[in-house]
Amino acid sequence: MMIAAVCGVVSALCLVAACKREERGLRVDPPSSARVNSKTLSELRPGNVQPISAPNEFEQNAFAMNEGKRLYEWYNCVGCHAHGGGGIGPPLMDAKWIYGGAPEQIFATIVEGRPNGMPSFRGKIPDYQVWQLAAYVRSMSGQVSKDASPSRDDDMNVKKPEQSTEQQEPRGTGGVPKSAERPQ
Amino acid sequence: MNQLWRSTSSLSLRVLLSILILCSLSLSLTSCSRNPDRSRSVQTAQPATQISQAGQIAVPPFANVAEDGQWTMPAKDYASTRYSGLDQINTQNVRNLKVAWTFSTGVNRGQEAAPIVAGDTMYVVSPYPNILYALDLTRPGATKWKYEPQPAAAAQGVACCDVVNRGAVFSNGKIFYNTLDNYTVAVDAATGKELWKTKLGEINRGETMTMAPLVVRDKVLVGNSGGEFGVRGWITAVDAASGKIAWRAYNTGPDRDVLIGANFRPFYAMDRGTDLGVATWPPDAWKIGGGTVWGWISYDPELNLIYHGTGNPGPWNPDQRPGDNKWTSGIFARNPDTGEAYWYYQWSPHDLFDHDGINEQILLDMNVNGQPRKVLVRPERTGYVYVLDRTTGEVLSATPFVHITSTKGVDLQSGRLIPNEEKTPVMGKVIRDICPPAPGGKDWNPSAFSPRTGLIYIPHNNLCMDFEGVEANYIAGTPYVGANVKMYAGPGGHRGEFTAWDAVTARAVWKLKEKFPLWSGAAVTAGDVVFYGTMDGYFKALDARSGELLWQFKVDSGIISQPVTYRAPDGKQYVAVLSGVGGWAGAIVAGDLDPRDQSAALGFVGAMSDLPEHTTKGGTLYVFSLP
Repeated sequence: MMIAAVCGVVSALCLVAACKREERGLRVDPPSSARVNSKTLSELRPGNVQPISAPNEFEQNAFAMNEGKRLYEWYNCVGCHAHGGGGIGPPLMDAKWIYGGAPEQIFATIVEGRPNGMPSFRGKIPDYQVWQLAAYVRSMSGQVSKDASPSRDDDMNVKKPEQSTEQQEPRGTGGVPKSAERPQ
Repeated sequence: MNQLWRSTSSLSLRVLLSILILCSLSLSLTSCSRNPDRSRSVQTAQPATQISQAGQIAVPPFANVAEDGQWTMPAKDYASTRYSGLDQINTQNVRNLKVAWTFSTGVNRGQEAAPIVAGDTMYVVSPYPNILYALDLTRPGATKWKYEPQPAAAAQGVACCDVVNRGAVFSNGKIFYNTLDNYTVAVDAATGKELWKTKLGEINRGETMTMAPLVVRDKVLVGNSGGEFGVRGWITAVDAASGKIAWRAYNTGPDRDVLIGANFRPFYAMDRGTDLGVATWPPDAWKIGGGTVWGWISYDPELNLIYHGTGNPGPWNPDQRPGDNKWTSGIFARNPDTGEAYWYYQWSPHDLFDHDGINEQILLDMNVNGQPRKVLVRPERTGYVYVLDRTTGEVLSATPFVHITSTKGVDLQSGRLIPNEEKTPVMGKVIRDICPPAPGGKDWNPSAFSPRTGLIYIPHNNLCMDFEGVEANYIAGTPYVGANVKMYAGPGGHRGEFTAWDAVTARAVWKLKEKFPLWSGAAVTAGDVVFYGTMDGYFKALDARSGELLWQFKVDSGIISQPVTYRAPDGKQYVAVLSGVGGWAGAIVAGDLDPRDQSAALGFVGAMSDLPEHTTKGGTLYVFSLP
């Protein structure tokens, strides 16, 4: 009996410990696209105005990020950025962000496109799917909750799952845009 | 570093006639002796091309002309030999080569171009933004002028494998080349003034242009890139004087679009029929089926035929395009004046592995079974060196030059590549150890042929891959691939090889191992020196007969371009090469890719994770000479 009780307590404790998991709202509203572009690309802010930012709720939501992962293949993001390592486009799993690594900056990059080859998907991808993609993109560099981040690949093993990717804090607008490589 | 090794047992050897074996023996015997009385400095070059020692192989008469010391087209001549008759720099003195001058292209992306030399001027075209520089050879390194076409920056987003350009061409006082955003431009070679600029493609359909044009009389022949974007491949002739489109031939679709007519006589039954460019595809898939022309074109003036390959079918995932997918991954012979097709041969019917068919074709005259034949030699992505009769398209031989698991040979009766069922991709399943992988036994980087040694010098890969087909969605202007790929070194662990190939006996005479894949072309000279570069930045000179490394020089960045040699106005011989790593193989450095994802750069990063430890970005022209 004693042993059984200990086992029970231990397994209960295990269960409690394992209970840290995503908090899934029954209904999650994607952020409004109204605040997109509210964060600047420059760290220089004359007059010391602080940028406004709001979290992308999808970054706590496993379903939304798994949808983002599916859409990442579906809309051919994978063709240019591979599984985060990049190719035609820059890597998404590292700390360098040419046009900013905040959720709303990623949203803006997808919707508006960028001058050196990033297409504009405006009118092609619904806003809520862009937010799902933005949440997934940030999961590639380990910036979202581990408990909601995708944990496995169903295809060829080419990299660690997003959940196991070491967190890479975005470094400003760290990358050198290709335009800067142009001779003067 | 470079361990010389004789190639061992070759399967093809067993099927060769004893006569050929004897020939090969005599060839290797003569190749062991050095020519002792080679003159150190011969100003007046003799007719460059004589029959080789074995008497079995030679450049055709139309390419057998006196050396003028220039290098006016990337392939050197219409036969695409990349052979120079200059011999001031030779096996005895090449070890004394020194840097004469250098020049920065100002662009730190993959430099795949060949510098072009015409008269007293060198012309260099950079990767995107495709700046053309004219450099004064009478005042080494001085810029005469530069021409900036200012291509659309967005074109970078549809360039599959770095924003490269494979070079310009000089003809009749003009320089012609292509811009990444699909213009062919003509520039006055003396002044740098733009003469015309013609738009030929559309980046919003995924098209780019990266190839080097070929000029035949009044036609500038160009083609598109974009086989990873579901484009429809074409070759176009632009009038050299006006810039107007003279003709365009698509490589998919109905016969009238492909310019297949009454004179089309393919050698094999598999290529005969009506509208095969439609019938060998699922409905409408030919419209987004690839078959681009981003590689090399050769020309036989006697037959008045051009030869050009066609790129891979799209998407890579073969399950989405049942059928032979004509006319992708093959080769056309066409009339340059009209574009009309004369024959066609398909290297890879229903290509399974992204094996584009766009490599260089070296036009040679060769004895085959005692009969003189006009041939075309192609070291191909599939891993075989093909010898074709260039009058008919008949395959005379197809011999492996790398380790091959992907296929089981070429059936010379039907002409068909024999697939290996075990390595055939299935959607959703990972197929392992496919050799050669997507970039093939050899990619675009061209070989050279020396009529003095009778050998073809092939810079190439030793790579394999794992491949998983996944469903590809077609969205115009975005990648259309549908495959997860991971590449790695082939048997032996080295990733590149430099092979001296005897096309007569169909065997490797010698091979060098290289740490990284070879992504640079080769050039060979009458001084019996062969030049090439490595991705870790060594520019090398080998003895063309023995393969012995005679000289090497470490440049600032990896080499993926095409070396050339020329005689400057001061009468001296120079050797020039662009450094600047990139391209598909070097994308990890040029694009700052992340090696934790082995599928990056369409799977090439898996094989190149250590490249950033050996080289950084660059974009510099190096010119070498004897002191």
